[in-house]
Amino acid sequence: MLNKSPLWKTLLVIFVVAIGALYASPNLYGEDPAVQISGLRGVEADATTLDTIKSQLDQQQVGFSSIALEQGQVLVRFKNTENQLKARDLLDDSLGGKYSVALNLTPATPEWLAGIGGTPMKRGLDLSGGVSFTMEVNMNEAIVKAQDGMVGDFRSDLRNEKIRYRSVKKSTNGIDIQFRNAEDLAQATSYLKRRNRDLLFTENEETLTLSATMSEQKLKEIREYALQQNITIIRNRVNELGVAEPLVQRQGQKNIIIELPGVQDTAKAKEILNATATIEFRMVDQESDLGNALNGRVPASSQLLYDRDGRPTLVKKRIMLTGDHIVDAGSSFDEYSRPQVNITLDSPGGSKFSNATKNNIGKPMATVFIEYKPTERKDSEGNTIFEKHEEIISVATIQARLGKSFRITGAGSQQEAHNLALLLRAGALIAPIQIVEERTVGPSLGAENVELGFQAIVGGFALVFIFMLIYYRAFGVVANLALGANLILIVGVMSMIPGATLTLPGMAGIVLTVGMAVDANVLIFERIREELREGKSVQQAIHQGYDAAFSTILDANITTLIAAIILYAVGTGPIKGFAITLSIGIVTSMFTAIVGTRTVVNAVWGGKRLDKLSI
Amino acid sequence: MQLLKLKETVEFMRFRKGAMVFSILLMLAALGSLFVNKLNFGLDFTGGTLIEVGFDQAANLNQIRQIMDSNGYDDAVVQLYGSSKDVVIRLAQREDVKAEMLGNQILSILKQGTGQELVMRRIEFVGASVGDELTEQGGLAMLTALICILVYVAFRFEWRFALGSVFALFHDVLLTLGLFSVLQLEFDLTVLAAILAVIGYSLNDTIVVSDRIRENFRKIRDGGPEEIINISLTQTLSRTFITSITTLLVLVALFYQGGALIHGFATALLFGVFVGTYSSIYVASAVALGLGISKEDLIPEVIEKEGADQEAMMP
Repeated sequence: MLNKSPLWKTLLVIFVVAIGALYASPNLYGEDPAVQISGLRGVEADATTLDTIKSQLDQQQVGFSSIALEQGQVLVRFKNTENQLKARDLLDDSLGGKYSVALNLTPATPEWLAGIGGTPMKRGLDLSGGVSFTMEVNMNEAIVKAQDGMVGDFRSDLRNEKIRYRSVKKSTNGIDIQFRNAEDLAQATSYLKRRNRDLLFTENEETLTLSATMSEQKLKEIREYALQQNITIIRNRVNELGVAEPLVQRQGQKNIIIELPGVQDTAKAKEILNATATIEFRMVDQESDLGNALNGRVPASSQLLYDRDGRPTLVKKRIMLTGDHIVDAGSSFDEYSRPQVNITLDSPGGSKFSNATKNNIGKPMATVFIEYKPTERKDSEGNTIFEKHEEIISVATIQARLGKSFRITGAGSQQEAHNLALLLRAGALIAPIQIVEERTVGPSLGAENVELGFQAIVGGFALVFIFMLIYYRAFGVVANLALGANLILIVGVMSMIPGATLTLPGMAGIVLTVGMAVDANVLIFERIREELREGKSVQQAIHQGYDAAFSTILDANITTLIAAIILYAVGTGPIKGFAITLSIGIVTSMFTAIVGTRTVVNAVWGGKRLDKLSI
Repeated sequence: MQLLKLKETVEFMRFRKGAMVFSILLMLAALGSLFVNKLNFGLDFTGGTLIEVGFDQAANLNQIRQIMDSNGYDDAVVQLYGSSKDVVIRLAQREDVKAEMLGNQILSILKQGTGQELVMRRIEFVGASVGDELTEQGGLAMLTALICILVYVAFRFEWRFALGSVFALFHDVLLTLGLFSVLQLEFDLTVLAAILAVIGYSLNDTIVVSDRIRENFRKIRDGGPEEIINISLTQTLSRTFITSITTLLVLVALFYQGGALIHGFATALLFGVFVGTYSSIYVASAVALGLGISKEDLIPEVIEKEGADQEAMMP
């Protein structure tokens, strides 16, 4: 019989729409005000922190609706913003220094829904308010730094090999080494070539010069490394801000995009991103008495510093080495499976450190973490005054003379060693970064955008609904059902896909899809009318109408989909947002308009003897 | 209900010469304006600073301009944005002032100058280097999209249709750009997104028409290509009409309710829907017709060609 849908098809439509509705539903629940507590500098919030927070809130009778430990962060939800602010102030005071306490909005999705992966759509900055930065990594600096490293390496290598040279100088993308005679040149060439396989060497026997240039590959590696490293650093810093869903992402060859939804205090965000953290190695002062120092009698050449648990140590003021010589740091285990941190220095750092440690074997050395934190105060020109913040992160005994690579033990747990390595790396910015783009959307403007976008969607929908109803009558109802289902599916899919963010152009994309989604139904319905006009029976007309329209709809949508996918792949920001909703909209509208309406039409009109059709 | 009751085939292609002249003139005008007036590129492309400030009473633009002038920001462009209380100020990129300071500085001089309470609603600081990259990427996106579409349509239909539809897209994009250039409307990333949507829409329309032409070429044996195209256009006309209406309804809603931020977006698309509909008839179909048959060519040849094509497409 014509126009009867098989059961599985009907079930499929119901199933898809139901799943769509289920995953779209978290958007209805809104958000709870919350406070998020995360550890600073290697501290992690744990069950103890959770208990402390809980008891403090109970003590002060600040009501909260839930408290949970998630991924090293404690999240406390509140019924209203009043309690949220109270709790923030309270916890900020009591936890201070070691933790960051940030205000937050957390989706109020019920647990069972969250359990099956239900989350609301992520909103772009234009809809939620917040800041976005684009930072550019100074690649020239990164390359110059690599060259500096090579100059030092070459010098010490040649010296070790006892090959005499006149000078080692930087050139474009490489190094020029001058020799006194051809013999030295030949010797150096064969030696250096063997040691540096990623460099291209050219000899000039007339000028007695050996030129080493970095291959494209090597240059690319340097840039890539600088970018990756800076992303790591920025991620660490962003985490300190305690933003709910921060985004740190590379863009192109040298840019990093940072999006901080909900952040209104841009000055603070910027200062933390730009903050300079570094590491210093200093000897522990063993000659002077710690007790005296604690009583205020600190020797002039020393300084009293504390570790993060507040234990004091007296360290020498003289700096053995600063963190900008650190090229790499990682954690691993030593032969007794104790955690250790492996550090690699650049060449100048290596020789400096080697000299500094050779007379101090067996003595304790402190690793000091230094950070310049912005304060509320400003100088006469309105620039923020930064405060130097020093903290001891480890004290280790020097076992042997230390060179270019060495290790620090005594870092405690494996996790701590890992964090220390992270900090050491973070302290060593390979290339400076600067903000090239900054966008801030105030919370009111964000809210307004949502409001306006929502109104436009409702308005556009209403107009199309009415039009379709008048124009196609009963079939108009079917088309409108499909339209509604389409919107639910778009929202559902947007909520399900982790990378999809709803932006203002994205909303415009949804509205546009609504207009265009009708097209598939219009095509089908017009075909049915044509067939009816030609005198076909009702069932025939429906059947032929759907059949004939199918390939047209497919072609039209696939071409548009191609365009949308390319936009997504190549575009950025608003274009990407638009492309996402458009592509999702095309796919869902094809489903609802072709399969969905067919099912409904078949169920209502299919297989019956009809003389007229309300179309 | 039915909007169009067509008993007879509309002879669209009869006017195709006139339409072609009309299109070419419009395209030349658009090109001319793009050369002379250029596009009024927004911040995304030029780099600089954009500050959107909300006043608590209606803002006096002249006063604001004076204040900006007297404080050394003589390059500031001051405009109302959406309502009489919202003002955007655009500044070219500058070296001397740090970006982070600029917003606060301007907010404070405006507060002082106008004596009004202000809210900073949005601040964007975009470096020109990023602007360059975006321009490049935007252009690249469009080019890639066009090529891929060309390939797909050529594969699914025929190269004449492909050329026709890509030519129609080019036509629509050029005219929309021309409109923005003539009216000096701000061209920002959302407008770029809209132009890409115009491509999508126009393409949709063109494909629907081409599809019907292909179908009729196979179905109707007697009748010249011009006649068949006319029949196809007439058959799809009511669909073209309805879809344009529903899309326009939605766009009107966007234009009036979507807020100032997507005004440019809605304007570009509103215009694009009109040109897109026109071009699917008078550019895409006319080009396909023009390419397919010269006047001396006889009708059977064309049908044969279509048949041959069809065979070639069958596995």
